[in-house]
Amino acid sequence: MKRFLWPLAIFLLLVGFLAAGLQLNPREVPSPLVGRPAPAFELPVLQQADKKFAPSDMRGKVWLLNVWASWCESCRDEHPLLVELSKKGVLPILGLNYKDKGADAERWLAQFGNPYQLSVVDADGRIGIDYGVYGVPETYLIDAEGVIRFKQIGAITPAVLEQKILPLAAALKK
Amino acid sequence: MKTLLFIAFIFFSPPGNANEEQRIRQLEEKLRCLVCQNQSLADSGAELAGDLRRQVREQVAAGKSDEEIIEFLVQRYGDFVRYEPPFKASTALLWIGPFALLLAAGATLVVVLRRRRNAPEEPALSPDDKRVVDRVLGPQDRA
Repeated sequence: MKRFLWPLAIFLLLVGFLAAGLQLNPREVPSPLVGRPAPAFELPVLQQADKKFAPSDMRGKVWLLNVWASWCESCRDEHPLLVELSKKGVLPILGLNYKDKGADAERWLAQFGNPYQLSVVDADGRIGIDYGVYGVPETYLIDAEGVIRFKQIGAITPAVLEQKILPLAAALKK
Repeated sequence: MKTLLFIAFIFFSPPGNANEEQRIRQLEEKLRCLVCQNQSLADSGAELAGDLRRQVREQVAAGKSDEEIIEFLVQRYGDFVRYEPPFKASTALLWIGPFALLLAAGATLVVVLRRRRNAPEEPALSPDDKRVVDRVLGPQDRA
């Protein structure tokens, strides 16, 4: 009887590892940017081509940077949530319009609503690379000192918003 | 005419270009595409891979070393972009695990074989047993 205990223990350990592995999402690659200052940029603002925006303009505020594009399907899924959040006015939301065409982006906002204080235009995706963007939509929570505190890869869900982003933002504002 | 142009191209293409192309190619094969995770930057057809290839190309042209270019991408995308992750606390199991398993398996084998060798021999038949065997099977010719 005892001679079967060891293989059984090893087998159970293996099952445990595999079960844990099944719960992981391989598409979610942890960002090395969390806890680091948000990369600087200066980009033209969508619909106001003569204006420029830099993340340093938001110093002193806790804000969301949402990477979106009109060609992005899951952006449409999270969009109502952002529109609703913007109406509550708890967190300023800024958009990074990623590898998009200006006219398409404007039409998209007109159709689905514009939750953004403003959106900056990253037409060739270079700033996206600086932010480690690999799957739009992605959202960054940035604190008053300009440090990235949280990154959501993929669409924001109500659960992520309620359980992670909003509590963290509230704590950062204090 | 085409052949002439081709020969001219071969002769007048700037020296070192082939080396540089090879270097870019090797770098791109060492880096992983984040969209199709089982493909390298060199093989992936994803748009992001194209953008990252452009970055690699520009930085090679700007005279950056391979290490600097890899560091540039690791800072943005994490160690995941490297097919060969560096050795540190979070990757120790990955690096040591297979060898530890091999060692454990080898040790188990040695222990099992030793135990088998030291196991007591099967006892010879007692005279009583032998008589029973002979009765059932008939007298045996034993060498």
